[in-house]
Amino acid sequence: MFELLSFGDTGWGDDLLKGVVITVQLALCSVALGFSLGLLLAITKLSSFKILRWTAEAYTLFVRGVPEFLILLLVFFGSEQLINSSLAAMGFEATVAVPKFAAAVAGLSLIFAAYSCEVFRGAYLSVPVGQMEAAEAVGMTKMQGFLHIRMPQLWRFAIPGLGNLWMVMLKDTSLAAVIALDELLRVAKVAGEATTNPLLFFITAGLIYLAMTALSDILRDKAEKSAQKGMASS
Amino acid sequence: MSVYQDAKYAVSDAACAALTPVTPDSFGQFCPRFIDGFFVTVELLVLSCALGLVIAISVAFARLSSNMFLNKAAFVYSYVFRGTPLLVQLWIMYFGLGSLGAENLGFLWPLFKEGWTIGLIVLTLNTGAYVSEILRGGLVNIPKGQMEAAVATGMSWFQSMFHIMLPQAFKIAWPAYGNEVVLLMKGSALVSTITVLDLMGQTRTVFSRSYNLEVYAYSAVLYLILAGMITLLFKFGENRMKTG
Repeated sequence: MFELLSFGDTGWGDDLLKGVVITVQLALCSVALGFSLGLLLAITKLSSFKILRWTAEAYTLFVRGVPEFLILLLVFFGSEQLINSSLAAMGFEATVAVPKFAAAVAGLSLIFAAYSCEVFRGAYLSVPVGQMEAAEAVGMTKMQGFLHIRMPQLWRFAIPGLGNLWMVMLKDTSLAAVIALDELLRVAKVAGEATTNPLLFFITAGLIYLAMTALSDILRDKAEKSAQKGMASS
Repeated sequence: MSVYQDAKYAVSDAACAALTPVTPDSFGQFCPRFIDGFFVTVELLVLSCALGLVIAISVAFARLSSNMFLNKAAFVYSYVFRGTPLLVQLWIMYFGLGSLGAENLGFLWPLFKEGWTIGLIVLTLNTGAYVSEILRGGLVNIPKGQMEAAVATGMSWFQSMFHIMLPQAFKIAWPAYGNEVVLLMKGSALVSTITVLDLMGQTRTVFSRSYNLEVYAYSAVLYLILAGMITLLFKFGENRMKTG
């Protein structure tokens, strides 16, 4: 039975490995994009413009209350219709198919942005106000204070939350299987159907996910420890 | 059971009669489907929350026990369910174990035949793992002296746990538990991939017919309402716990 997992023409090992690569790529791309969007959202939320702030609040409220699965499908089907209808409005007679990978990255990063912006905001507010006042008192500008005093400390507070979100992201990439993107879970499903042994392939996929989250768990612990270096242990 | 069914139909009829005139036709046309799916989602959520809590409490106790076997087993259970995607868990059970068929599964087969029962089992096991971790965090944060004092006054281990330790652990863990219930609600949408016609399942069915994106927007609003209700419920509980 396990020869099905071997590499080469007869086994599915290499296909599963390709699936793992796509899963990791998907997670990394979505985190990178979602991270930037999340920072932007956090800045918006901390700004003094009421309308901006409320828009950002409404956005996070939406993402936190609606299933990830629904958001992913909405982005997948929505982006295609949006692009095609705007092309039609501009007078082009073409139907464009949005690449599944791009749609999945868009959906997952929109979700990541909403959760990470809360982490950033929390971290920003965790740096004591007195420190910023002190920075100003020694003659730093606001920008200098932000770059030299607040930013370096921000990470200490943000790393545990971001580490968690990374693991949530790794698991959420599996949703892309439903829009038939050939990531790990989808490969396992196809292999299971082709060999009529779905149990073996799904359990293998599960174990690979488990290995990836376990590894992330260890790395997060390390990152947390190094971020706490030199701090009085609490 | 039929009383409950009748009540659901009555609510569905009343809600749709009230909503159809004030909502777009693309909603009104499928209103009973949305409401029906909404009920299925709520049922799955309530049942998996209740059953998951029982598991979570037992597993949290096991994690704190000095019995090495219990301790390790509880750890492995919660680690595996928190470390793998919910979708994979659902598909392992439904498509994986389910493929073994009636002859191999024996008396368990009726459970695997229906997407709904598998969905309930997996959601329960999944939330049980997360909540056990939340509860454990609450329990280890209560000073040890309290348990010792409870036992010293003559309470048994279980009495001390249920009357002294757990209520306080819940108080500490309450906000995190509320978040977990919302996450469970959002995760429950995945049961639509194993043929369950919950809110998401109905939404996908309606969408496949009309190919109208508004369908997803209506569903999102319904999910938001549900999330709002859960959040309010937990806020209410928090205020109740503050008194005294």
